[in-house]
Amino acid sequence: MTNEEFKQYITGLLPSAVFDETGEWLNVAIDAQSWKPLAQSLRHSQFDFDYLFCLTCIDWKTHLTMVYHLSSTTYRHTIVIKAQLDRTNPEIETVSDIWRTAEFHEREVYELFGVKFLHHPDLRRLILTDDFEGYPLRKDFQDPVNMIKL
Amino acid sequence: MDVREEIRDHNKDFPGEIHPTPGGGIIVSKFNDIVNWARSNSLWPLTFATSCCGIEMMSVASSKYDFSRFGFEVARATPRQADVIIIAGTIVNKMAPVLKRLYDQMADPKYVIAMGACAISGGPFFYNTYSVVKGADHVIPVDVYIPGCPPRPEALLHALIALQEKIKSGWTREQIKGEKPA
Repeated sequence: MTNEEFKQYITGLLPSAVFDETGEWLNVAIDAQSWKPLAQSLRHSQFDFDYLFCLTCIDWKTHLTMVYHLSSTTYRHTIVIKAQLDRTNPEIETVSDIWRTAEFHEREVYELFGVKFLHHPDLRRLILTDDFEGYPLRKDFQDPVNMIKL
Repeated sequence: MDVREEIRDHNKDFPGEIHPTPGGGIIVSKFNDIVNWARSNSLWPLTFATSCCGIEMMSVASSKYDFSRFGFEVARATPRQADVIIIAGTIVNKMAPVLKRLYDQMADPKYVIAMGACAISGGPFFYNTYSVVKGADHVIPVDVYIPGCPPRPEALLHALIALQEKIKSGWTREQIKGEKPA
């Protein structure tokens, strides 16, 4: 299935979505509130996005961006969804009930970037120790004991 | 002659004098020297690899390089049966207590080899992070350091032989640092 079909489908659901086709895959920029319903429909659409193969976050210093790479094991097509978050209070709905793999990846993003995943079944830290302070993958993370400033 | 050459020259053969007599012979030696000689030729390493250096360590254990030729007979999967721990890889803050515990569980005498840039100083890439220990010698004392990322198998063999020479010399870690004979 082509990018044009994805664009048509997503615009139908979400007219505010912005598309970018400069990369290998179709990038769709959305706002955080519309992520959950969009994810729900993409999973159950005719495109059959049954595989979330990458879930990560980017710190742009002014805001955070959640990046979701979706793929279909039947049709082998891929799409990238980017949701912009507020840096002071980053919150987004969990998709762990749609793609089970997101449960662990969201916990990782939670401990490294401090993004809160609403309605996550078990939002604990994944690897960091319980007494760790701060979010180490944020650009303004300071650790004078272990890190030198470059 | 520098210290290492002196040690090497001194430890080429069995420590002591052998006086052949009809029907046998007499060995004159120091008991400590014989113990060190025996120890240095039977050093069993602990299977401990935390990253890519471990692959090189496995290569040294396999038939192409084969550290068994020098007395590093079999890698042991438990610290209680091991004499030397080869730290092959990055030590992160969460791994450090485990490394310390393994070292404490090893029976004396025990020796440590820091293999590769990560074990020496935290590594060529990941040193400036919140999670990496900047050198395994922050956690346990190290006898031999091997630079490289990862070091060649020959470098590990060289380090193992250097450790044997160190043991044969009969000096403790502290004495070697100060280069004072016992």
